Amino acid sequence: MDFTLSDEQRALQDSVQRYVSRQYAFESRRAIERTAAGWSPQVWQDLADLGVLGINVPQEHGGLGYGPIETLLVMNLFGSCLLLEPYAASAVVATAVLRDSASTHLQASWLPRLVRGEAVATLAHFEPTSRFDARQVRSRATLANGGYVLQGQKALVEHAAADILLVSARIAGADDAQEGVSLFVVPRDAPGLSLRSCRTLDGRSAADIALESVEVPASARVGMDGGALAVIERSLGFGTAALCAEAVGAMQALVDATVAHLKTRQQFGRPIGSFQALAHRAADMLLELEQARSMSFLAAVRSMGADDRERQRALSAAKVITNRAARFIGQQAVQLHGGMGMTDELQVGHWFKRLAAIEMTLGDTDTHLQRFAALGTFPASVRAT
Amino acid sequence: MDLDFSAAEDRFREDVRGFVQARLPPAVRARASRGLSPTRDDYLSWHRTLQERGWVAPGWPAKFGGCDWSPVQLHIFEEEMARGDAPLPLPFGTKMVGPVIMEFGTPAQQGLFLPRILSGEHWWCQGYSEPGAGSDLASLKTRAVREGDHYVVDGQKTWTTLAQYADWIFCLVRTDPQAKAQRGISFLLIDMRTPGVSVRPIITLDGAHEVNEVWFENVRVPVGNLIGTENQGWTYAKFLLAHERSSFGGVGRAKRELERLKGVAYSERRHGRPLLEDALFAAKVAQVEIDLMALEITNLRVLDAARAQRALGPEVSILKVQGSVIQQRISELLLEAVGPYGLPFVPERERHGATAEGIGPPHAAGLAARYCNERKLSIFSGSNEIQRNIIARMMLGF
Repeated sequence: MDFTLSDEQRALQDSVQRYVSRQYAFESRRAIERTAAGWSPQVWQDLADLGVLGINVPQEHGGLGYGPIETLLVMNLFGSCLLLEPYAASAVVATAVLRDSASTHLQASWLPRLVRGEAVATLAHFEPTSRFDARQVRSRATLANGGYVLQGQKALVEHAAADILLVSARIAGADDAQEGVSLFVVPRDAPGLSLRSCRTLDGRSAADIALESVEVPASARVGMDGGALAVIERSLGFGTAALCAEAVGAMQALVDATVAHLKTRQQFGRPIGSFQALAHRAADMLLELEQARSMSFLAAVRSMGADDRERQRALSAAKVITNRAARFIGQQAVQLHGGMGMTDELQVGHWFKRLAAIEMTLGDTDTHLQRFAALGTFPASVRAT
Repeated sequence: MDLDFSAAEDRFREDVRGFVQARLPPAVRARASRGLSPTRDDYLSWHRTLQERGWVAPGWPAKFGGCDWSPVQLHIFEEEMARGDAPLPLPFGTKMVGPVIMEFGTPAQQGLFLPRILSGEHWWCQGYSEPGAGSDLASLKTRAVREGDHYVVDGQKTWTTLAQYADWIFCLVRTDPQAKAQRGISFLLIDMRTPGVSVRPIITLDGAHEVNEVWFENVRVPVGNLIGTENQGWTYAKFLLAHERSSFGGVGRAKRELERLKGVAYSERRHGRPLLEDALFAAKVAQVEIDLMALEITNLRVLDAARAQRALGPEVSILKVQGSVIQQRISELLLEAVGPYGLPFVPERERHGATAEGIGPPHAAGLAARYCNERKLSIFSGSNEIQRNIIARMMLGF
């Protein structure tokens, strides 16, 4: 048991910290959000130059060969600066899918480009009817002319304007069968693939995707035919851990902003933080934050685990704690900032909205509570009978 | 970053687990599994068994008869004791006055008291709270007036846990009535058999006699029983509080109770199905289990910091608040789990020695009393409101 960071990890943290505090102040972020794309290719290139896009890529493909702990460190920072660029979608989830199951050829053609920032990838998996259940896949892939034809819909794909989409579709089985799902690398401009884009609550972009007879070659298939769900689920687990870490960064920023406000804002002739009702609320915010921080560590470490049940239990537990903390801290930060907390002008509301979005991403509280309970351990007294 | 225990720590855990399984008297384990507190004899016999193994105060330095264990080992030890339903040695001697005597006592005091804490010859209790001094401990009024080679002590302490069995009490007393709050307080060791000391029981909601009032009338205490310097007692009291906090979270105990909850909820039925499989109840159990997982990691963070001798921040107060709330939540769910059979109530002292349980399933007996008793967790050792004051002061500086 050891919570200390290695020198390498601290150096990575420092370099990203320096970058975001210089280049990603709230006003810069606001300018980026106002652009048509809603993200900055320049920032993406800078992150590539820092090596950060290669954290989850093996060295043979030009990456750093790191993993979830280093991802956690940078996600903390991206949470506090409210990074708009699609880090978790591309450099964590999609990257993990390619790294863990793609053919040597696909890895060699895409991973180095992702690392260098020349391409962005995103996983297009969830569908209008799947809610948060990764097993629900209705889109179909049928064999034709030695390749596949894809038909179906994908919902709220994060950063769907990416260069490549990793699209799941069924070759066999019922809509919620564990087996029968395949995954394909599809260029965003493939004929038959169309997007309906929107901005989300947190200022990011997403899109519903229609797949109408989209033809892909057999070489575009990622992993085993019909056996992709396992790697998708595992990669979404890495994404969940990253999201928990991002939330911790945003919550820390909100706690800091709230503390600063409570110390300086004067009413009735005293700083409002000297009133116990508010001071105790601040204490409760810190309490929730620290529990979420603890669980973000657990999520990162266990996301690599070989035992599926233990891995999923830890990730679900982490998301439950994170979601609850995100809601409490987000709401209380707005509350304790009073009317100013309601304004678009202050960053507080933007952290609040990002946290609300995180709650709705990769499983809400009820979904994870239910999964945790379903994976529950029975007590020794029960096992014995 | 690594959240797992080392192979050596795992082996150590096996050792402790094996020892508890082999040596804990079945009667003690049986009482614990019926939800009863350990009796005086349970405490004393288990204390002597631990002493044979050298494990009464394993956190003490070896030169005083401890084991020099790391904070992590101590955590594992306490977790395994809880897991095996073994009573922990009472903290008043081993974790409170013992470390104070080691740090601030004279060689004579160390030679007299420390071996007797280890042997169990001296049962200690804590004389801190008074009727008018709870959270505001420094407002305490019990007086000690120097007369020659003695202090004469007058006043009253309260909430004194298991004082009815105690041989000695360590007290905060006011030696300088002119000085402000913390400054005029001294730390005195008082033999409970001294004339003028009397103990009156306080019966709590659960019907148990766990706490007491301790009265002092003209109690003559030799000046040799003063710890350190007169009027410096507050410093020693603060030192003691810092020591007491290392195992604040009660993670081991909560894990044991969670296991119990699952067992009870599995054997109870709602609509013909195990209650543990009822969606509504399962969600409540899942939520508290998840909270406990988070608490455990936070506790490991505190242990890691303590092992590296890094200064502890608000995490310690977080452990106290969350640890108490989680244990209380489990005690609520245990009571909910048995439905109407939470109603029959037999005070704990009447259940000891009873040959038959009352009405309802055996696992329901004592759950209502336990629920009542555990309300204390968010009140004692610095109420959760005081903990929030501490956290807020670290954050805000007010």
